[in-house]
Amino acid sequence: MTKLQAILVALGVAILLVAPVGQGNYIIYTLCSWLLFSISAMGLNLTLGYAGQVSLAQAAFMGIGAYVTALLTLSGIHWGFATVISITSSFAVGLVLGYPALRVQHHFLAFVTLAFNTLLFLVLRNEEEITGGSFGLVGMPRPSFFGITTDSNLSFYYFSLICFLFSAGVMWWILRSPWGRAFKALRENPIRAESLGLKIRRQTLLAFAIGSAFGGFAGSLQAPLVQFIEPGSFALIHSLKLLLMVVVGGSGFFFGPMLGAAVVILLPEVLRFTEGYYLIIYSFLVIVLMVYSPNGLIGLGHKIIDKLRPRHEARRDMQQGAQL
Amino acid sequence: MAELIQILVSGLAAGSIYALAAVGFTLLWQASQTINFAQGEFVMLPAFFVLVGMTVLGLPMWPAIGLGLVLSLLILGVAFKRLIVEPMLPHGTLPLVIATIALGLLLKESVKELYGATAQPFPAVFPQTVFNVAGASVSIQDIGNLVVSMLAIGGLQLFLNRTRTGRCMQASAQNPAVAEILGVNVKRMVMYTFLINAALATIASVLISPIYLAKFSNGETLGLVAFIAAIVGGFNQIRGALVGGLLIGVIDNLSALYISAEYRSAMPLILLIAIILLRPQGLLGTPEGRTV
Amino acid sequence: MIKKLLCTAAMTMVLGMTPALADLKIGSIVELSGPGAAAGTNFRDGVKMGFEEINADGGVLKEKIELLEYDTQTDPQVSRALVQKAIDDGVYAITGTVFSSSTVVNMLVAKQAGIPQFTGSEAPSITSMSNPYIFRTAFGSQKGVPKMTRYMIETMGVKKAAVVWANTEFGKGGHTAFVDAMKEAGIEIVTDIPTEQAQTDFSADIVKLKSSDADAAFIYVTEEESARFLREAAKQGLKIPLVGETTLIGHKVIELAGEAANGAMGHVGLTPDANIPAVTEMVERFKAKYNYTPDHNAIKGYTAAWAIKYVTEMVGSPDSQAIAEKLHGLTLNAAEHPGVLMDVSWDETGEMSRESFFVEVQDGKQVVKAILPPN
Repeated sequence: MTKLQAILVALGVAILLVAPVGQGNYIIYTLCSWLLFSISAMGLNLTLGYAGQVSLAQAAFMGIGAYVTALLTLSGIHWGFATVISITSSFAVGLVLGYPALRVQHHFLAFVTLAFNTLLFLVLRNEEEITGGSFGLVGMPRPSFFGITTDSNLSFYYFSLICFLFSAGVMWWILRSPWGRAFKALRENPIRAESLGLKIRRQTLLAFAIGSAFGGFAGSLQAPLVQFIEPGSFALIHSLKLLLMVVVGGSGFFFGPMLGAAVVILLPEVLRFTEGYYLIIYSFLVIVLMVYSPNGLIGLGHKIIDKLRPRHEARRDMQQGAQL
Repeated sequence: MAELIQILVSGLAAGSIYALAAVGFTLLWQASQTINFAQGEFVMLPAFFVLVGMTVLGLPMWPAIGLGLVLSLLILGVAFKRLIVEPMLPHGTLPLVIATIALGLLLKESVKELYGATAQPFPAVFPQTVFNVAGASVSIQDIGNLVVSMLAIGGLQLFLNRTRTGRCMQASAQNPAVAEILGVNVKRMVMYTFLINAALATIASVLISPIYLAKFSNGETLGLVAFIAAIVGGFNQIRGALVGGLLIGVIDNLSALYISAEYRSAMPLILLIAIILLRPQGLLGTPEGRTV
Repeated sequence: MIKKLLCTAAMTMVLGMTPALADLKIGSIVELSGPGAAAGTNFRDGVKMGFEEINADGGVLKEKIELLEYDTQTDPQVSRALVQKAIDDGVYAITGTVFSSSTVVNMLVAKQAGIPQFTGSEAPSITSMSNPYIFRTAFGSQKGVPKMTRYMIETMGVKKAAVVWANTEFGKGGHTAFVDAMKEAGIEIVTDIPTEQAQTDFSADIVKLKSSDADAAFIYVTEEESARFLREAAKQGLKIPLVGETTLIGHKVIELAGEAANGAMGHVGLTPDANIPAVTEMVERFKAKYNYTPDHNAIKGYTAAWAIKYVTEMVGSPDSQAIAEKLHGLTLNAAEHPGVLMDVSWDETGEMSRESFFVEVQDGKQVVKAILPPN
């Protein structure tokens, strides 16, 4: 990390710390959901942007996390323990799902996850005795740590922020580790990476499972935030939404998913004056963005900087993108 | 017995429409490696072109269907290829997948805002007359849908195998570089594929809307089913998509009746996963060489 | 579109400049996009027309009402956030949401803030959670369905029944209410068929019904599915009477199903076809204003607006707490309070009661067969 980057990150954290102060509950709630969708999108970014696999079940993994956490905390188990179970089970399901799918062909993980997401929805809806069926589960308690509760919206925001920073730190560490660097090798040139002794399949599978575990973690935050979960919140359409977040922000960039989540969550607010037209405008913008800049908004930013700056400057900038 | 016949006929009639959507899906995949997540919306949209023709312009049904076909060819065929697929092909599959997801959303929301959020009755092409076959009620509509879809797919198969243009299209799909060298205008062949897909979507739309009722959200389930049918049948074979479509239509009905109504939509998905694990090239497909 | 944009922009500017003048704010939080858009738009337009008439009539406590509108996108989580936002924006009462899955979530927020909320939802669970701030605008299915089952048993002589329901929280609410009411009356449910939301092919379900020996079937799926269901039933020549709620015999279903709808019966709380002058006049005004025929959701929204006016004026101030307390056990009769269209009362849980109708579709029209007293 360069000095400039360190300063920028510190500045970002400082902004996040003061962002909710003096804001109404609605803004704080929106910020909380931005944080947790960022965590989930970060996980999907590992699968998509680094390992190059399309997963259409990130919402399902959030669902696994949310339901496991909800069921455990409703039966009196502490959130901290419940969330560990949530993450572990999402990771395990990711392994079980990914192993056979990655055995065959490149785009088959997308198909298997697509089927899995809908199947999970059906199970959550039909197995009423455990999951509450289509009525969902209500009233999950918000966790407290050493006597400090997160019941108020502001304290839950700071709690989510800690979880978010922790996840971002873990992701940063994963990508900086030799193991994480292998992903980049994999993405840039899979055949060469394999000839250098990388086990593509194992590497990709782990990336998918870890990405799914991030989804599970986000889900375990969603349960106490909304205090209500129902199968519909984890349907396929939400997986597509998450996929759009990652790609719109810029897949393969560290800050891409956070930017993408911000766009998807805040855009309805910004475009509210257009009433029903906001989805039309949004989807149109996504198509234009994909045509013009397949690397998403961050890629677009790079492109623009590229054009404005003298050539050698621009190249340094590109290096930075790859490092991140 | 009458029950079983009833279920089979209904299943096949529904399945033949899934097949139409699925065939278009595989065509696009073969010709341009496009996984079209908006395929369901492609089938939803032409019905609204027809409705606009009838209610706004006051056309009779058949001219309105003609108008729908022309608009579909222009928008879902030419514009889709020129404006979205073509500029994105060099970027690889992922941005295109995302763009088609967004396109599906765009089409759906536009119909909702510009035409209306509620379902609309749609004129039937075939009379609703019902007759009795071994205790089962079969309508002319069922038979008509089945026959028209079979004719469309059969005709397409013949066109691809028996005509020069058709073979050029196949060559372009299998090996664009070699086809180009042999003097095939690959770009034009790919354009034909997109036009055929748009035409198939229009046929499917006109057949299905009297039953489904025209609604902006019709594509959601339809797209998913077409997708499953295409993979189950074999992603690179037209007859695979046909078999996949019919199979899904029948399985859906059979499982609702004999297995579990609550899990009826799970059966096609379980079939999908089983196929991917046991026979990844699909029931009638041939293995693809690429693994990376 | 551009006109719409300019209008909204202009309105936001006007509203933005004069926040101090408009003192009485009501939040309208409904499904304007997503699967609930049709129901939500009706409800919103009803509320809007109600408050426009109220404002033209001198407002509430001589103040104009400012209606703040929010679109939940039919997403429970968004609806929860928007109720929060409406409360942050200073509303003293809320109308919406219509979909029960949203209402069960967002009513918790209104409860915390102590803001009375008039929901269009009919799921039983809403009034069973002892929330003192939730009020229905149409009675819950646990109240409506027993009225209908009584009619089925006593007048139609049903001994064995079948039930077809949408496997969603909406359908499940009706299913539970029906099964419970039938069990209480000692009537056997011989066939029980769950269906999917947006299901298109009902042939397997009709085959099952045909082979069942039920005297009548209760159909509880949403409007478009009802239309497809009725068509398939007509195609296969299903003989037993089909009974439902507004969702089976509403005018939208009749429009979509055509002749296949004839003979379907049902129980409706509010219908534009009811032979009540106040309702008919309201429907005419609505048609003239919005250019489409309102359904029961529009009437719910309209009466909610007027109920808010009457109760606020009874209390004498826009005091959310006092209004909620006043509403419990309150009866508004239509003679003195014409805006509620029909006599209506709320009990301690926020549940409401009102007369309702049993109708049959004949020649594409709802014909009232019996008026069912409030229970």
